[in-house]
Amino acid sequence: MSIDIKTATIEAKRTTFDHIVEKLGEGKTPTRYQEAVFGHQAEEVFHYRPTWDSERELFDARRTAIVMNDFEDLLDPRQYYYGTYVIQRSKQRESQEKNFSVVEKRGLLEDLDAVMKEKISKVVVPFRHAEWGANNNNYYIAGYGFQTPITAAATFQGMDRLANAQYLTSIGLILSSNDPAILDQAKDEWLNTPMWQGLRKLVEDSFVTKDWFELHVLQNYLLDGVFQPLLFKHFENEVVKNGGAAFAMLTEFFVDWFVESQRWADSTIKVAVKESDANKALVESWINKWQPTVIAAADQLAEFVFAERSKDIIQQIETELDARSKKIGIQVQEK
Amino acid sequence: MTTKAKRLNMNQKYQLMTRGLDWETTYQDMDDVFPYDKYEGIKIKDWDKWQDPFRLTVDAYWKYQSEKERKLYAILDSVAQNNSQLSISDARYMNAVKIWMQGVTPLEYNAFRGFCTLGRGFRGAGARVACQFQAIDEMRHHQTQIHAFSHYNKFFNGMNQQSRIRDRAWYLSIPKSYFEDAMTAGPFEFITAISFSFEYVLTNLLFMPFVSGAAYNGDLATTTFGFSAQSDESRHMTLGLEIIKFMLEQHEDNVPIIQGWLDKWFWRGYRLLGLVGTMMDYMLPKKVMSWRQAWEIYWEENGVALFNDLARYGIKMPKHHETATKEKNRITHEFWSTIYQFSHATALYTWIPGNEELDWLSAEYGELFDTVYRPRYEYWKELDDKGERFFQERLPVVCNVCQIPIFHTMPDDPLKNCCLVSEYKGTKHQMCSEGCLDIFNNEPEKYCQAYIPPQQIYQGNCGGATLDDYRKWLHIRDEDTGEYYGSEDHQMWEKWKAQAGKPTDEAA
Repeated sequence: MSIDIKTATIEAKRTTFDHIVEKLGEGKTPTRYQEAVFGHQAEEVFHYRPTWDSERELFDARRTAIVMNDFEDLLDPRQYYYGTYVIQRSKQRESQEKNFSVVEKRGLLEDLDAVMKEKISKVVVPFRHAEWGANNNNYYIAGYGFQTPITAAATFQGMDRLANAQYLTSIGLILSSNDPAILDQAKDEWLNTPMWQGLRKLVEDSFVTKDWFELHVLQNYLLDGVFQPLLFKHFENEVVKNGGAAFAMLTEFFVDWFVESQRWADSTIKVAVKESDANKALVESWINKWQPTVIAAADQLAEFVFAERSKDIIQQIETELDARSKKIGIQVQEK
Repeated sequence: MTTKAKRLNMNQKYQLMTRGLDWETTYQDMDDVFPYDKYEGIKIKDWDKWQDPFRLTVDAYWKYQSEKERKLYAILDSVAQNNSQLSISDARYMNAVKIWMQGVTPLEYNAFRGFCTLGRGFRGAGARVACQFQAIDEMRHHQTQIHAFSHYNKFFNGMNQQSRIRDRAWYLSIPKSYFEDAMTAGPFEFITAISFSFEYVLTNLLFMPFVSGAAYNGDLATTTFGFSAQSDESRHMTLGLEIIKFMLEQHEDNVPIIQGWLDKWFWRGYRLLGLVGTMMDYMLPKKVMSWRQAWEIYWEENGVALFNDLARYGIKMPKHHETATKEKNRITHEFWSTIYQFSHATALYTWIPGNEELDWLSAEYGELFDTVYRPRYEYWKELDDKGERFFQERLPVVCNVCQIPIFHTMPDDPLKNCCLVSEYKGTKHQMCSEGCLDIFNNEPEKYCQAYIPPQQIYQGNCGGATLDDYRKWLHIRDEDTGEYYGSEDHQMWEKWKAQAGKPTDEAA
């Protein structure tokens, strides 16, 4: 049956689902983002306690010490739902792929001097393991976090980090003309050289951090807030200044991605901090607990890369991070 | 001047892109980093033996998926602009969509979250990455379904209160408890339940009826997201088969554990699918095939062949599969009769099938239908014609495991009710079948926790003592429930037909 009538005569009974109306008020037309993230996590009538966590319900707000009246307030300012996320990333991928193929085809990295090449393979390539760590941590947040806005965004963040790790792998393979030995060597350095051990220990410590919001602060705010600018701003500048403009083509994705993901980290933490003094005190305690260790780990790496300039660069990074902290309502400790 | 780069094949490249990223932690004990992948007793000697089923890099994934999403949303936009709900076969069909949205879409959400925990929880990097991809796919299915149904919700009842009834409604405890059972188990059982038993063994019995049903009945939105999801599903099936083979090959001690899970999840999946079969036989104005026929093709032929393939690992056919096959001629009629009587406590409409449909059911189900079920429908039709539409005012006993009202009959006697009891810590628990009784007795500590809706209602925990109170608590209005003919959906549909100059039900 196909009913052929003027569609103007068809009147809708309602604009959206009841739970969205409750949230936004009568008469508002929700966006697809709002329909995608509001009201989907089961809230009651849980049939069984998890065998892996018998103290709590399957979805349980108590897996973080942060307390929110409504965890759905932890919105993603980019308003990503699956469709908009993959479409946006696919556009970026296209230009990233072009950059890779230009650099590879023309051999643009080959003219780089040996010292710089060595530095890239010792600094950028091993960092793929840290990105993999970030991938794992974001899936933890996605799995054990509370409500959809934060868990959906953490899933995207997790995918992004796997992509980052894979892009860094590709950079290594371009440098070595596809000889995988460069990756083995990078892994060996990640596991054994002293300059990586501060970061590796931090990443492993993050793997056993149970509070998912603390993990969010540690991974997506502190670790990223220090290591992303260290590698993809300061180190990248260094390579570019030394004749490696092509390198910037390979890491363009990271730069854009970081700007974007910072907005999400800042905004979610800001909302939690604003919610209550207790939340604010918690986030501050996490920042105070982790930031010095993150900075110390970055110091070890910076010394190798920037030698005598490393102190300045780390200070610059920390100043920027502290400025972000102030902006989102966090009291910054005197250094 | 460029040096010639070595060529890496896809497989080598994929290995470098995923497996190579992982390392054995030394600052923290691996057992603390992966605390949940040993307690079920599954022994993994070598995660490197895992064969990656997808071999997708993230950038390739973005590329394929974004192409699919562009097309899908273009169609969803056009469905809304062109009021494509006018193209469906009949407004009764929308009840199939309601079943999907109320019962299945929340499972997609739970699959998303469950696979996220596995994407962090498995010790093997290959398995972790596979689960991560599946997690984000499941999020896709959840969201595209919400977006597709959003348009229908503007016109038809029974969808707007989805996020309330999902947790509260007695009949939605069937899918909800099924998935929560899997999610509250350990990671290996979860993946066996969902990826293998459900997505691999039983998926055709879910997917085919709904998506082909949508296509047959002119539902463009559901057809589109359904077919768009199919390419994801084929990845998920590959993961299901891989995980089973992997576990079986890793250690012989795993075999009896997995056999136990296959027994349990075959039966739980089969019981859940009774709801789907009922939808196929009764809610599709244009029929795709009967439940009986689907069972014969997708289980008796395909499912059995699959289990035969696993025999070399020492895996036997799932327990009670013979009972499931014996029930193929009656399960959907018993189910529809139950929903028909209780539909005033659901956000669905029900009806007595028309004569042509009864004839189709007679042809598909033969003598048993003609002697047992058809007379019952004809009797109810008579009552309805007299203005005494039959509704059950008493609440049913529901099975403590599958949560289905105990309407089931004895495997060898379709006229005798089957209700089995198990006593645990001084409390009696009722089950609908030997299959559910076994499941209860294997894990009584788990199933004695189950939320049993009728008991809760009688105890006054669901808004009050009357059916009216219960409906209010569910956020269901009287207008959303009960008999289809004369309902708001029906009236709206008749109005549209009249405007188009088509014959109305009244005229027919």
